[in-house]
Amino acid sequence: MSRITVFDPARRPRILAAASAVGGEEFHGPLGPLFDYHDESDRFGADTWEHAEGALSHVVLSLALKRAGMDHREPDVLFAGDLENQCVASHEGLGSFGIPYCGLYGACSTVGEGLTLASLALSAPGGARVAAVVTTSHYCAAERQFRTPLEYGSQRTPTAQWTATAGGAFLLSRDRGEVEIEAVMPGRVTDAGLRDPGNMGAAMAPAAADSLLRYLEARGEGPGDYDAIVTGDLAKDGSCWLSELLTKEGVLIRERHFDCGTLLYDYEKQDVHAGGSGCGCSAAVLAARFFPAIARGEMRRVLFLATGALMSPSSLLQGGHISGIAPVVCLRRREGDV
Amino acid sequence: MDRHFSPPDYRERVRRRAAATPVVKNAARAFLVGGAICAVGQGLYIPLARLTDPRQASVWVTVILIFAAAALTGLGLFDRLARHAGAGTLLPVTGFANSVVSPALDSRSEGLVLGVGAKIFSIAGPVILYATLAGSLYGLALWVASLFA
Amino acid sequence: MTEEIVLSLVRAFVVGGALCVAAQLLIDLTALTPARILVSFVCAGVALGALGWYEPLVGFAGAGASVPLIGFGGAIARGVREAVEEEGLLGVLSGPLSAASAGTAAALLFGYGAALLFRSKPKRT
Repeated sequence: MSRITVFDPARRPRILAAASAVGGEEFHGPLGPLFDYHDESDRFGADTWEHAEGALSHVVLSLALKRAGMDHREPDVLFAGDLENQCVASHEGLGSFGIPYCGLYGACSTVGEGLTLASLALSAPGGARVAAVVTTSHYCAAERQFRTPLEYGSQRTPTAQWTATAGGAFLLSRDRGEVEIEAVMPGRVTDAGLRDPGNMGAAMAPAAADSLLRYLEARGEGPGDYDAIVTGDLAKDGSCWLSELLTKEGVLIRERHFDCGTLLYDYEKQDVHAGGSGCGCSAAVLAARFFPAIARGEMRRVLFLATGALMSPSSLLQGGHISGIAPVVCLRRREGDV
Repeated sequence: MDRHFSPPDYRERVRRRAAATPVVKNAARAFLVGGAICAVGQGLYIPLARLTDPRQASVWVTVILIFAAAALTGLGLFDRLARHAGAGTLLPVTGFANSVVSPALDSRSEGLVLGVGAKIFSIAGPVILYATLAGSLYGLALWVASLFA
Repeated sequence: MTEEIVLSLVRAFVVGGALCVAAQLLIDLTALTPARILVSFVCAGVALGALGWYEPLVGFAGAGASVPLIGFGGAIARGVREAVEEEGLLGVLSGPLSAASAGTAAALLFGYGAALLFRSKPKRT
């Protein structure tokens, strides 16, 4: 039981509140009305795209604190990350809260990494009592960081993904909240030898398959034990690959599989190629779509596998590969009441 | 359990399936847009060649197209067109203009010297370097040949 | 006269369009990045100019040959040739960039102007 942490049912970390904020494109997607905040201009009151992402992270944590009726002095630790160089958006946007801060990088899987670490921090004897997790991504900042200038005229392949301008914040507590974290498991860096940054779904699918199979095997469960298996941002192509890899192993998830990158946009009206991606994509969709569904009891047990494509533009030019990673977080509705 | 999810055929299968780009549609759009840009160029050239000599007229056509591409880039319209036109906007001199203007515009937030100034050739640099290199090699060959002429 | 103009427009359209199709097929069907393809086209333009095939092509297609990136290469080849004839060895250095100078300067200046005038906008699908 060392690679997977199953919490003592009496002492499960709980999610007290979640909040989400998105940009204009995401607001016009099918989940638009579910998000707590949106800015049509994508600027969030800032002068540059990098600062806009910081402002977005500030907004989303403020919303979560407000919803929890909590003062910013209450969280003992903050786990946050984004897609910018040196994770600048997170520390710039969140530093002013004065919460002890751990900056994370797990590419688009960062929210899963954050929830994993936050729940471990809460479960440690003498550890934190309240922990916050915030992740963001911004289309414009990510394009500048990983691809080309925004106004550069390039054509994307159909397997390419659209980095979501979105953020999600979660407040975890030892003793409050309707949603519990039953188990967490960090992902493994899974290198399938792929190098095409225009097809990150395929690079992440083996990591999701690896994590899901390891998790189910360790717990002696099958997909049928969950109401939903939610992946981060495999998008259309990556989801097909995941399904194909799992089918080969005799695991069928299709009818209960949801992918945040696929849910975020309307493929008919929005030309996002394979679907959404980015640290904020799975964070905002988890906060706006799945967290409330579990809290209301519409879903009882949900397995959340945030997915990340680990790479850097320089490493790719040097012949490096795109590795995938997929931390697992098992969420469940709190039963009865104590 | 130590599953290894890089079966040797996965990469190959991904490569094969990812090749499902709409090749014919892309080629048709590239033809129409690229052809149209060249026809506009020719349409500008004919009257200009009457006003000045053919060589200058050709340079003026280039400058006008570069100006148009720069304006469309600034207005945020060029990338929307290029998304559909692909090589149709990339290969004509409009693509060269966009590759200079877009990093300049985009890096304005990092300042006029280390932002705009340092980044302006970040995409067009390879074309300028290799054009110069190819041109100089040709020139060197001509010069060597002239020694023996 | 009008017919000749129309024909020259059609020739420019067809040749320019065909070159763009060639580039598009290289993008879609090979693993080459667009940057490499552009470099190849400009070098191909220099080669065409060196072989003496570029001028006849421009004579036939006009802007259909000079507006695509091979035109950049073709102009450089011609500039180098003239510079070497006039200046000898120095032309090897002064030729290439001087032939491309108007276009490059225009792109630089308009780029700078755009950076001052415009702000990058939020992107929509």
